[in-house]
Amino acid sequence: MNALAQHLPALQVVVPMLVASLVVLLRPRGLAWAAATAASVLAFAIAVQLVQAVLESGPVGYLMGSWPAPYGIELKVDALSALLLLAVTGASVLALVGGRDSLDSQIEVGRQPYFYAAWLLALAGLSGIVVAADAFNIFVFMEISSLASYVLVAGGTDRRALPAVFKYLIMGTIGATFYLIGIGLIYMMTGTLNLADMEFRIHAVADQRPILAAAGFITVGLALKAAIFPLHVWLPNAYTYAPHMVTAFLAACSTKVSLYVLLRFDFLVFQDNLTGHAFQFTAYLMPLAILGILVGSAVAMFEKNVKRLLAFSSVAQIGYMMLGASLVTVAGLTAGIVHIFNHALAKGALFLAVASFATVAAGLRLDDLRGIARRMPWTFGAFVVAGLSLIGIPGTAGFVSKWYLISAAMEIGAAGLPLVVIILVSSLMAVVYIWRIVEAACFAKAEDEPAPSASVSPVLVAVLWLAAAANIYFGLVPGLPLTLAGDAATELLGHLP
Amino acid sequence: MALLLPLAGAVGIALAGRVSANLRETVTLVTAGGLAATVWSLLPSVMAGERPGVAVTELLPGVEIAFRVEPLGMLFAALASGLWIVNSLYSIGYMRGNNEKNQTRFYVMFAVSLAATMGVAFAGNLITLFLFYEMLTLSTYPLVAHKGDANTVRSARVYLGILLTTSIGLFLPAIIWTYAVADSGDFVQGGILAGHIDGPAIGLLLGLFVFGVGKAAVMPVHRWLPAAMVAPTPVSALLHAVAVVKAGVFTITKIIVYIFGVDFLFAAPESDWLLYAAAFTIIAASVVALQQQNLKRLLAYSTIAQLSYVVMAAAILKPLAEIGAAIHMVAHAFGKITLFFAAGAIYVAARKTEIHQLKGIGRRMPITMTAFTIGALSMIGVPPTGGFVSKWYILAGAFQDDNYVALATIILSTVLNAAYFLPIIYMAWFMPEEETPAKAHGEAPWPAVLALAITAFLTIAFFFFNGATLELERQVVENLS
Repeated sequence: MNALAQHLPALQVVVPMLVASLVVLLRPRGLAWAAATAASVLAFAIAVQLVQAVLESGPVGYLMGSWPAPYGIELKVDALSALLLLAVTGASVLALVGGRDSLDSQIEVGRQPYFYAAWLLALAGLSGIVVAADAFNIFVFMEISSLASYVLVAGGTDRRALPAVFKYLIMGTIGATFYLIGIGLIYMMTGTLNLADMEFRIHAVADQRPILAAAGFITVGLALKAAIFPLHVWLPNAYTYAPHMVTAFLAACSTKVSLYVLLRFDFLVFQDNLTGHAFQFTAYLMPLAILGILVGSAVAMFEKNVKRLLAFSSVAQIGYMMLGASLVTVAGLTAGIVHIFNHALAKGALFLAVASFATVAAGLRLDDLRGIARRMPWTFGAFVVAGLSLIGIPGTAGFVSKWYLISAAMEIGAAGLPLVVIILVSSLMAVVYIWRIVEAACFAKAEDEPAPSASVSPVLVAVLWLAAAANIYFGLVPGLPLTLAGDAATELLGHLP
Repeated sequence: MALLLPLAGAVGIALAGRVSANLRETVTLVTAGGLAATVWSLLPSVMAGERPGVAVTELLPGVEIAFRVEPLGMLFAALASGLWIVNSLYSIGYMRGNNEKNQTRFYVMFAVSLAATMGVAFAGNLITLFLFYEMLTLSTYPLVAHKGDANTVRSARVYLGILLTTSIGLFLPAIIWTYAVADSGDFVQGGILAGHIDGPAIGLLLGLFVFGVGKAAVMPVHRWLPAAMVAPTPVSALLHAVAVVKAGVFTITKIIVYIFGVDFLFAAPESDWLLYAAAFTIIAASVVALQQQNLKRLLAYSTIAQLSYVVMAAAILKPLAEIGAAIHMVAHAFGKITLFFAAGAIYVAARKTEIHQLKGIGRRMPITMTAFTIGALSMIGVPPTGGFVSKWYILAGAFQDDNYVALATIILSTVLNAAYFLPIIYMAWFMPEEETPAKAHGEAPWPAVLALAITAFLTIAFFFFNGATLELERQVVENLS
């Protein structure tokens, strides 16, 4: 076991990737699902092991084929990556275990093996981005995960997913290309792709124009991938028309992984090398974060389709993460990173609940959900818990990140007061859009009681409640994500004066 | 701890509700009795000066969920748990008499909100208090919206909207601010803010707290209270007497005494406005109450005024006035719950909700109207009712400080109280019925009548036997100038 333990960072990626190629061959119905789920569970177990290792003894490094660092491929799992890994693999497990029936009904039987292969590739790609320690491998994994998630989004029977995924494809490709151009420029100037090495070498050429251009390309490209306002337009439709479980999986982690790369690059590589970078980072990203928060919440308040409503709420929540990061303080960054994790918990649970609603309700517009609370009290209860976490009611995970965010904003003095106001106002907007759903589900009468056609699988409800309980657990005992996020923030800002 | 009992009870009620209504109600009553016994068993040790406490978990570094029993909270918890028994008794009569739907949900949420109330009462620091304050808001929402028709849902939305807006928009920043400057939010005798904050910031922070605690219904954040009148009457009684509004004024009193510190606030002229705001609310709400035609709405505005009595008493910042604030919480609880029970009983038996319909009803429902009269007299502050005792202490506190604004407010509002309660009493007893009701009716179902008789009795008993309460609250103000 010990011999295996040191290979964990590599296995994190290799396991889902290998199983993906096998899954394609598993024709009998249900077998592909079982294999994918098993691989996900294994990946989750590896992530847990890695988190423990990071908590005990700091970052875990791994040299592919034992080639030394700047020349060979290096993998590295530190506090930030560990937290992300936990979110990515956890979301995959929950969505797969809970989503068996939901996926079975939404994906054509003949295509299922391919679909699950794409799922595992997406998982491998996302995990790969997080463990990779050099810029080019990040790009490779980003492409793998993106291509796989295009397939996932378009995998259902809903034809409207096709234009949505086309938009997603175009914008995602532009983002990836920008990122690649940026890396090319940096490679040209420094001759390295390893992030740690790059940070060191870029210092000599930091004042040269190509580096500045590279910083611009990389930041914009990643912002596009992370759906930072106003580059978010691909997100709502992609989330709305994707199969429900895909939405639950991707919403919980995919944009966050891009955000992770953005933080990595900006704080590790650029921050202490480019003059005035901290100021620029704040000056450009904070207004965008604020606009994202307000516009996303405002649109969500008037949206009629529940999935799209939650998608716009995601745009706002990404704004929270950016806002925390754009303060460029340890407290702010901690808040942003903790929110990555907590939002994954809340949004994942919400989309699982939506998937559960969808098995019974005729559609997912607010009108279709009338009186659904009566028919599905358990699903509804979990939905309310996750919704409260999204709003940031004390006792839930969302409160912890909100508390940190407000404290961080207050820490910077008078300039932080408007930020506090914005955070509070947007919390109230969240109350409004969550409560529209709750009211519709609870009090509005369905016009004609539809025949109770399908019933939700108890597994889905159990998984849903597991996710909801995690929201409460991490709201009351937030030690784990807080420690990891705090370590990550100190690491990222470690070399700042 | 006392907290877990009602939660366990809620689960028990939910399970029992599937079996039979009788079992469900038995579980409710047993839980209520058990809770009261638990809470009251803490009383002797608190009287002896002990402060039992328990820290549950550390939420964030330096911010923990902790409970600590102190005299104010003890009083509030004892009051709420005691009245829950009576209220459950009454609910059984009312809900059955009206054939309401979803009774299981009703009793479950009732138990949950009582658990939240216990959490508010025993909270050891601001963040714990906030946690349960929000839980109370959310758990009472289904109770307010119980009927589920369009009108009710709209009112419940106002209820939830105002309470959540104020608590997230004002209360939460005030709490974070407190933690930021004082590095703690623990409730400590004498306050924690002295020396950490000065100048206009005191007034601002106090404002965030007072208006953030929307449950205390200081104008202009009082709108939710009349809106919440759409709820079934036992819920109104819960809102008004037992839990919600009491949690509001309790929170404000607790913050003034244990966070700011009475002496510290007294020395700061920036805090004076609170007295005027409360005085304005008392008068304005009383004037509005004069114009109400609907009995429950009248009682709602009367509650707004009475709550500001507590806030004003706390804002006088003198020992006797602080005692008066605590006692008024109790006295008002007994009086107001009686009035609501009576209003509900009238509705169940006679389907009457408007004041002008009440002519001559005293002859048909003598017990109910006697209780109503006692409750009304307590609101006005006539001896021998509980309301007199608290008014006495608030007045005495005002004299300690030569505070003429408070004196004038109390006198004027007493006149106004009399002006809107006495006509009802007169109509009910001395005017003939305008038309005989289609169906002759007597009293409401016996559990309801028994409940309101008990509370009316308590209202009078509190006039004679308030020594223990006084003793308890004296500990709060022990070392004040």
